[in-house]
Amino acid sequence: MSTLVRDTGTVFVRAMRTSLRNPAWLVISLMQPVLYIVLFGPLLEPIAGQLGGANAYQVFVPGILVQLGLFGTAFVGFSLIAEYRAGVIESQRVSPAPRAALLLGRVLRDVLVLAVQGVVLVLVAVPFGLDASVGGVALTIALVAVLGGSLAAVSYALALTLKSEDAFAPLLNVVLFPILLLSGILLPMTLAPNWLQNVSDVVPFKHIVDGARALFAGDFGAPDVGWGVLFTAVLAALGAWYGTSQFRKESG
Amino acid sequence: MLRTVIHARGLSRTFRKKRGKQTTEVVAVAGVDLDVEAGEIVGFLGPNGAGKTTTMRMLTTLLAPTAGTATVAGCDLLTDPVGVRRRIGYVSQAGSTAPENRAGEELVSHARLYGVSTAEATARGKQLFAELDLDGLWERQPKAMSGGQRRRLDIAMGLVHVPGLVFLDEPTTGLDPQARANLWQHIEGLRSERGTTVFLTTHYLDEADALCDRVLVIDKGTIVASGTPDELKSSVGGDLLTLTSPRAADVAGRMAGLPGAEAPTVDGDRVSCRVPAGGAALVALLRDLDAAGIEVDGVESRRPSLDDVFLTVTGRSLRDGEQTTTEPEGAQA
Repeated sequence: MSTLVRDTGTVFVRAMRTSLRNPAWLVISLMQPVLYIVLFGPLLEPIAGQLGGANAYQVFVPGILVQLGLFGTAFVGFSLIAEYRAGVIESQRVSPAPRAALLLGRVLRDVLVLAVQGVVLVLVAVPFGLDASVGGVALTIALVAVLGGSLAAVSYALALTLKSEDAFAPLLNVVLFPILLLSGILLPMTLAPNWLQNVSDVVPFKHIVDGARALFAGDFGAPDVGWGVLFTAVLAALGAWYGTSQFRKESG
Repeated sequence: MLRTVIHARGLSRTFRKKRGKQTTEVVAVAGVDLDVEAGEIVGFLGPNGAGKTTTMRMLTTLLAPTAGTATVAGCDLLTDPVGVRRRIGYVSQAGSTAPENRAGEELVSHARLYGVSTAEATARGKQLFAELDLDGLWERQPKAMSGGQRRRLDIAMGLVHVPGLVFLDEPTTGLDPQARANLWQHIEGLRSERGTTVFLTTHYLDEADALCDRVLVIDKGTIVASGTPDELKSSVGGDLLTLTSPRAADVAGRMAGLPGAEAPTVDGDRVSCRVPAGGAALVALLRDLDAAGIEVDGVESRRPSLDDVFLTVTGRSLRDGEQTTTEPEGAQA
């Protein structure tokens, strides 16, 4: 167990350092949440009433948080393909480090980045008029971090299986685009006609978004909060299992 | 006393390829037996696609064998892969460092995965950099290094945990002649200065010849010949003697009388044949011809090359193979 912790730490530090050394990456990751609030938030203010809340940002910010969790982490596989090509993955796999550490160290970096982005997003939204439960916000960021971590694990696993940007990019688009539209990230699904609501009910991310909105409103007992936590936990377990199995698998 | 560091029996690997509904099996390695003793430099020589890399990937735990057993560095490959990983170094063809990271940091974080402390890893890394002529490149990004420097950095990565056995996959492919000769010296140094056992693959004849104590010739997934470069070359039937003389038929007659000589071939005024220990045979032959008053215009003795060996055992030339043999899919990562 101690080697798992130690090697996860080693892989995490290396991954974090690689990211921080890239100024373009740093600027983009921090600007993204700011741009959402500044350039998209004002569009929602006039229709706040229709959204079902007095405060547009209370509805909008949780959605953007989940979206960060989805999109920010779904693309991390690209960096792994580059590392694979450079021989880094093979050279780590021939070391005695537990396979889970090779995955978890990288995922931990993505989780930390996501948490920082989430905090920036919320802080920027406050002067625009965000009014939300502090505990709810903290819980949501934690939930999104775990969600993002599981997606990062899946992204790494898929990247390791496909080993090609040309195959990975279309796959991401095919999977992520319907999720974005059906989870009510940008606008709540309550605005949708019945058939569309029924379709979106089977998308777990929709419940996570609704759970996050309830948390922002301070409604900790809402059923969606329970469902959101449950789905996130299931996704995290699946992500950890699938990701580790791909790192363990020989790459013929 | 010699200690066996690699002992493999019947090591095999079959890849399954799906084409539509049909599954075809590609045999990449078909029952390889090999033994490597401590302190040896052993080369795996064969054309691309012969199964060199696949065998090496099995021995380094990256690929599970479909059949066979092996003990590597004292640990069973199948039941104790982590033990094997702890004791070996592996330098792949693909490299080992991210191009944008700093060389020294990559080395230290790699060593940490073997449980080496940061301070210890830094000390060892700096020493390796000095030994491998990488002085002053600790902070350099691998992308800003020359091909030769990057290969030496990869070798440093493979050695930072001080393994007793190191695997080098095509160590000099893509390097210019000067960088190759330089790398050969460093590889030789691994054995002479550190006592490291080196197992390498190559499709370069001169590399196997210059570097290896023992060569295993592999073709189509099977070892077809093995021995020291000299043994292999002697197995071809000796050195090729070629004499030019106006009395070619008489020369051929005398040549045929040399001990162990093959039947001479005559081409105009040129006579040639293979003779064991060509140097000594040539001296005797020339004395004989001189005593008989047979005039000789030119003399040539050529040692057989490893390509002659490959040609003899497989019926194909390794040099031709480089152009015509295509890699079976999946044989390499």
